[in-house]
Amino acid sequence: MSESHFRYVASNRRVREDRRFVAGKGQYVADIDLPETRHVALVTCPHAAARIKSIDKRAALKMPGVHYILDGAELAAATVPLMTGLDTPNVPRRPLALEIARYSGEWVAAVVADTRALAEDAAEEVNVDYEPLPFVLDAEQALEKASPLVHEAHGSNVLLDKTFVWGEVDKDFAEAPHKLKLRVKWGRSATVPIETFGVVASWDPWRDMLDVWASIQMPRFPDQVGAALKLPVSSVRLHHDVDVGGSYGVKRGIKHTVLCGYLARRLGFPVRLIEDRLENMRGGDAHGPERLFDVEVAYDDNGIVRSMKMRALENVGAYAGRSPFQLGKPIGSIVGPYKIKSVQYRAVAVVTNKTTQEAVRGFGQGPTNVALERMMDEVAHALGLDPLEVRRRNLIRAEEFPYTIPSGTAYDSGDYETVIAKVLADTPYEALKKQRDALRAQGQLAGIGIAACLEPSGGNASFEALLNPKITTSTFMDSCRINVDGAGTITATMHTTSSGQGHETLVGTVIGEVLQVDPELVRVMRPDSLTSLPSGTPVGSRMAIMLGGAAFHAAQKLKTKLTTIAAHDLGIPFDRAVYEQGYVYDRNAPQNRRTWADLVTIAHRNMHRMPPGFEPGLAETHIYPVPNGGKLPTADGRVQMYPCFSFEFHLVLLVIDPDLGLPRILRYRLGHDCGTQINPKIVRGMTMGGIAHGIGAALFEEFAYNDEGQLIAQSFMDYLLPSAHEVPAVKIIDHETPSPLTVLGQKGSGESGYLGAPAAMANAINDALRPLGISLNTLPLKVSKLGDMIADAHAKAGK
Amino acid sequence: MRIKLSVNGGEHALDMEPRTTLLDALRDHLKLTGAHAGCEHGVCGACTVLLDGVAVRSCLIFAPQAEGSAITTIEGVTPGPGELSPIQDVFCETHGMQCGYCTPAMILTAHALLAGNPEPTRDDIVEAISGNICRCTGYAQIVEAIALAAERMRGANRPMELRK
Repeated sequence: MSESHFRYVASNRRVREDRRFVAGKGQYVADIDLPETRHVALVTCPHAAARIKSIDKRAALKMPGVHYILDGAELAAATVPLMTGLDTPNVPRRPLALEIARYSGEWVAAVVADTRALAEDAAEEVNVDYEPLPFVLDAEQALEKASPLVHEAHGSNVLLDKTFVWGEVDKDFAEAPHKLKLRVKWGRSATVPIETFGVVASWDPWRDMLDVWASIQMPRFPDQVGAALKLPVSSVRLHHDVDVGGSYGVKRGIKHTVLCGYLARRLGFPVRLIEDRLENMRGGDAHGPERLFDVEVAYDDNGIVRSMKMRALENVGAYAGRSPFQLGKPIGSIVGPYKIKSVQYRAVAVVTNKTTQEAVRGFGQGPTNVALERMMDEVAHALGLDPLEVRRRNLIRAEEFPYTIPSGTAYDSGDYETVIAKVLADTPYEALKKQRDALRAQGQLAGIGIAACLEPSGGNASFEALLNPKITTSTFMDSCRINVDGAGTITATMHTTSSGQGHETLVGTVIGEVLQVDPELVRVMRPDSLTSLPSGTPVGSRMAIMLGGAAFHAAQKLKTKLTTIAAHDLGIPFDRAVYEQGYVYDRNAPQNRRTWADLVTIAHRNMHRMPPGFEPGLAETHIYPVPNGGKLPTADGRVQMYPCFSFEFHLVLLVIDPDLGLPRILRYRLGHDCGTQINPKIVRGMTMGGIAHGIGAALFEEFAYNDEGQLIAQSFMDYLLPSAHEVPAVKIIDHETPSPLTVLGQKGSGESGYLGAPAAMANAINDALRPLGISLNTLPLKVSKLGDMIADAHAKAGK
Repeated sequence: MRIKLSVNGGEHALDMEPRTTLLDALRDHLKLTGAHAGCEHGVCGACTVLLDGVAVRSCLIFAPQAEGSAITTIEGVTPGPGELSPIQDVFCETHGMQCGYCTPAMILTAHALLAGNPEPTRDDIVEAISGNICRCTGYAQIVEAIALAAERMRGANRPMELRK
């Protein structure tokens, strides 16, 4: 599909959502201002694990403005535990701790007062008598028999331990002349949006309706809230027209909403909980993967990787919702962009006494890409080959698509070699190496980092059925409805919240493209959950593909209907009628035409001119299933995980300050291919934001704990987010390999940049350290750690 | 206590607890919700407003401390209903945002920068916004917006025949 084919798609258009944001007129959950709303503050456990012996509310209830104090026993009696992904009934998760609190910061009670400040005052006066219990923090220790059990009734700390073997791993290992082992650790980090999580809940007893405004990005949210509160889902009305102040995966909010929903019903007035930053970081949906990889590969003299064994050990924290599934999604691109013939993958998830983990951008793919890309560099180093050359020898070639990897997923399309060639045409590799070597000759610690990574996109969450055989879901969809009213104006609907992805612009652009009308003329609305069609929500880098696909097909249906009405009214066969920019003419006599206004009049007011049997009006709906989806995993654990695969190639040159350990990026180039870019401004923003986030995860960000189980990153002075100083200027070099599976050739880009930047940074830093004979494979590669390691190495060398 | 605040050119007499932050006063008492709470400990900058033209964090100032100063919020730099200032317009032009949560604060910081430095270098812009954390964009399109705003505002003050 050539660019000239498009009228509005792929052009450099503005993003319609931006107008309200620059004026401060976004409507975030904290801006929802219902009369009589009361405010929640939380009482949290100060211990890593403790039995709750008693909760004395008397002093707090006497504080000014206090209405109610809710504890875990009351809430548990009235609700059922929250939905979990794995089949682990003895690891129940509830909004408030019941009898035992399992991490420092876990919610123990909720205070409701006239203002947030009064609720916080009273929370300090709730006296909880705790009996501290033994605890375990480290994932490997959690596996040991002697370790304390986080959930006694579960019988072990292991939630998931599943091994997959795809292909002849033992044979490939036996035949390969070389093997190599590598351990890589991804530290506990997350997306940390600038808006914390918030929810407002209001119960109407005369309509049996729980109204919810929430800062969420969560599939099947009303279903989960309804189930926990024992309400029919048709009594939970989630308002989708709330702007979400960033999420990138984490804003799940089920426990917050169950808590506030219960309180609103119990107390008879609206209740809101807007987390402060401390509540957010300790006990909100704030933490992401903390993963230990043991990788072993078998390769030949030319650096061709024949087989790989990978164990991923995930520390999910004290409870599990959807988070262990983050071990499953990477199965769909477990070999990255490489032709590795056979793979053994062991996915292990354990509970510990840390904050519960939630979904994070990439859903486990970012950490996995670091393990794969560090491995590629180590193979090259072991053979004395160049790391770029080794990658090129292993890459899937353009003519080999669709390419099915050992775990059963077919990659749709790609041209990895051309993307790399375009980057190197901009920044010649040999010159970059010379620059690095010249810096080294001046005594600097200089390194080049490469990462060649995939972004699976489209979000058919087949990992659910793969990791939990009780789940048989193979349907993943999104929807769009278009209505042309009696005056001829166009209104489309989408059916989920957004957190900055520009979905209204997406819908308008796609419909404008199909109907050949200015996208600005397409109004885009978000009905509430009870008047919505199905949506899988913006997870898994899926909306360009899925919402774009739904809008495209709904608009095609509308175009066909308009053309049919015109053909009938003109008295010509359908295939002689030509639709163009909103009117329809006779191919054989172009002066015979029906305008948009004519067609609207016929459809809305002139039934006598409609084709017989046609529905009046101009309303069309499309529910779009994931392309190349709809199948369950096979018995041997093979599955089509996601339909589309974007590619990114990172090339970084950096130097490390030998005294401070501070890396400074001198050059950052990114080759990026996500197929057709429906809105290039949005794609670039997502990609740059992803790189910034990836640099943060690689160097700075960690929810670190001390030995007592206390979270020691409790503010933005401890959990360090990249500022404008830390993010370098990046040149992005685009390439476009359309997906054959999608309506416009588009693929996903919601996770772009983030899926490769940590790997590129880790490789660059290890390249810089290599002359000192040291290596660091624990992310974040903290400045303090690097500084100490470099000093030690210099001391040993007698410098 | 009763305090007087001068906000966006208007005078407001308000009753509040002495411990009320300027951010809470603007949001809860004056319903100026364009200022956003991010960290409430002075790091993220999402609550930035202008105090006598200087970009400050409204979460770190008690409302009574702002008495006697001219406070400007994002609502105060928006020229009129549905109209954008030149700086707001360039943020739309470059798409210098995604979720919009840090955006009003970024724009006010840009206003403060450009009021004192009509020809900022890239480093000047980076330094100016380094106290405003954006988690969506990686800053590139924000830096470009502010550079473009500076260029357009310089052009607007030049006689027509000297504009490029």
